[in-house]
Amino acid sequence: MTTVAQEVSVERRRRQWEVLPYGLVLPTVAYLALFFAWPMEQAFKLAFRDGGAWTIEPFRTMVNDANFKDAFKFTMLLVVVIVPLQFVLALGMALLINSKLHGRGVFLAIFIMPLAISDLAAGLVWQSILTERGYLNTVLEHLGLIDQPYIWLDPTKPNQLLFAVVVAELWRSTAFVMVIFLAGLQGIPHEYGEAAEVFGAGFFQRVRRITLPMLKPSIQVALLFRIIFAFEAFAVVLAITGRAKTTLATEAWKWQAEYFDSHVAAAYSALILVLSLVSAGLVVFLLRTPKEQMAR
Amino acid sequence: MRRIRHTRRAVIGLAAALALVAVASLGGAGAATAAHRDAGNVVFLSNQLAQVSEVDQVRNTLLKGFDGNVDYVTPPVGQGQVWFNRITAEAQAGKGTVSLLGGLHGDFLTVQQYLVNLSDVAKQLQKAGIPKDLLALGKLGTNRQLYIPWMQATYVMVANKQALKYLPKGAKINALTYAQLLQWAKNMKDKTGQSRFGMPVGTNGLINRFLQGYLVPSFSKGVVTTFRSQNAINGWKYMKNLWQYTHPQSLTYNFMQDPLLSGEVWVAWDHVARLQAALKARGSDFVSFPAPRGPMGRGYMPVLAGLAVPKTAPNPSGAKQLIKWMNSVPVQARTLGSVGFFPVVGSRLSKRLGAGLLSMNAAVKNTQRAKDAVKSLLPIGLGAEGGNFNKVYVDTFTRIVVKGEDPKTVVNDETPILQAIMDKTGAKCWAPDPPSTGPCQVK
Repeated sequence: MTTVAQEVSVERRRRQWEVLPYGLVLPTVAYLALFFAWPMEQAFKLAFRDGGAWTIEPFRTMVNDANFKDAFKFTMLLVVVIVPLQFVLALGMALLINSKLHGRGVFLAIFIMPLAISDLAAGLVWQSILTERGYLNTVLEHLGLIDQPYIWLDPTKPNQLLFAVVVAELWRSTAFVMVIFLAGLQGIPHEYGEAAEVFGAGFFQRVRRITLPMLKPSIQVALLFRIIFAFEAFAVVLAITGRAKTTLATEAWKWQAEYFDSHVAAAYSALILVLSLVSAGLVVFLLRTPKEQMAR
Repeated sequence: MRRIRHTRRAVIGLAAALALVAVASLGGAGAATAAHRDAGNVVFLSNQLAQVSEVDQVRNTLLKGFDGNVDYVTPPVGQGQVWFNRITAEAQAGKGTVSLLGGLHGDFLTVQQYLVNLSDVAKQLQKAGIPKDLLALGKLGTNRQLYIPWMQATYVMVANKQALKYLPKGAKINALTYAQLLQWAKNMKDKTGQSRFGMPVGTNGLINRFLQGYLVPSFSKGVVTTFRSQNAINGWKYMKNLWQYTHPQSLTYNFMQDPLLSGEVWVAWDHVARLQAALKARGSDFVSFPAPRGPMGRGYMPVLAGLAVPKTAPNPSGAKQLIKWMNSVPVQARTLGSVGFFPVVGSRLSKRLGAGLLSMNAAVKNTQRAKDAVKSLLPIGLGAEGGNFNKVYVDTFTRIVVKGEDPKTVVNDETPILQAIMDKTGAKCWAPDPPSTGPCQVK
């Protein structure tokens, strides 16, 4: 009798333990459903439905609009240029902080600082640095490096604005990637590196053979975030380039706030979402870590 | 939230007003208003002076000393339709909270059925010096005074005095032509190595108004009907030409006072309120003058704001008192000094305003009095489509001038979009286009 009762109680407890994780996840799922899934569904409805009927008219308006091609091209360009550059920089920064150098805390503080600034503010700061009578030209003139101000924000010169936006974006958000890398680096046991060192592996060999492979999960997470954020690039581009360059997110905002056409704005948002999902899927697929290779 | 904040501000404002009245009466100097009794609570909804800095000036400078409790409310920036929605909603409900409306001439045209007759106020104010022709505009073509002119503005040009030596020979700054402006911009670039002419083409810049009120009318004597004409195309070609000598950062400029003050730009066109900071700060370094004349005349866009009382106003007498306050000479002078809009009452401006603002005042008057003036009104009757109307002109500009596409192709591409907006809203033609019976048609 007692054993049966004990078994029942053990069984019940086991079942409770099995249910617990779902209970813990529930608030997050509810939050995501309410604040992400539902608005997303609404946005898709806005993009595909007008007056109760299905339509692709907003997408036609979007694709045929004079600014669509430019917005699409510039957004893609930003993703392709910024993300790899940021990875190299962030990895260097994270390795520096993770090293045994003196004063690495100071570096950490300096690197983290831009994270505290909103992207619009960062854009305005860089605008005031790069404008013709801005800080950069003033410094260069004082140093005697230029005779008269150089126009850095010149839309007539190819890629000069892209360069300005890339510099600002790198400054603003590389620290974000660095933080993810740093967390990953600190999870790698020292023994591996020390063992490799004993066998005569140099610094770069250690980075390539030990650090990078073990950092793969962090790289995946950072890539996911960065690519999604890069597709949403908006305030920095707006502040630095004004009307000279436009992105998909800028166009979505203009259609909503200036032209009062929520359908086309939703079409832009849907496009951004699809692009983000596809690239996120690619990242997950390409950087998948087989179970047996998982550290810990 | 917004209401609560306004109420709190209003309470603070009331306290401040009471304190001021107390101080004023102690000093023996009464408030500048003719009315001495308390006007009570007045909710003042205005779509003008709606930028944060302007709202601050209204609350702390223009309404200071008014004998009543004014709740100054503006629609969120970029959402002008809120103004119309609220007026319409209150009228349809037959019950309102707003007692006084501030808006543009064209705005009142679309809500005129909801406004009361202000003939009594007009009579009193005519003595105060509002010109008859301005008051007549406030009748909106009826025999009732539906709004009272409040303040006016327009767009002028400002030049740094350093630029004057590059003016082409024989050019008079107050009677400039577009051809001379082009030569001037070219001279500056040739002689200094930098483009020193600038335009507000940034995302918040008013380039759309330049295109609709200045460029296209000066070249074609129309804005919608002539959109596809050869004359308009010539205007676009001219603009493309001028663009070579225009500061490349123009695509980022929103308020031309900033690049004028920094010295990036020496000659610029903009709304008076967006130039005034430069003229106030360094009035003796700059001169103001009217925009140039094109082959068909000197296109210009007057901006006339007015005050009106909706039929559902809970406090019409307080609102009327506030109208008289806003139109009193001292408050009108303060309006120019603080927000850069010009008075509607005819009185000489004090020299204390400074050389810059006086020069701008002269430029505004010269523009209005020019014999070759082609008056272009702000778009009328477009409602929420105003943004799309602007988009047509700005897209045409970007494609032809910035990206170098063929003008004829672009104009032909944009014509159906423009026509669709006219058809959708049913908007009739406005000056300088000749009046139409149905929706305005591109010829």
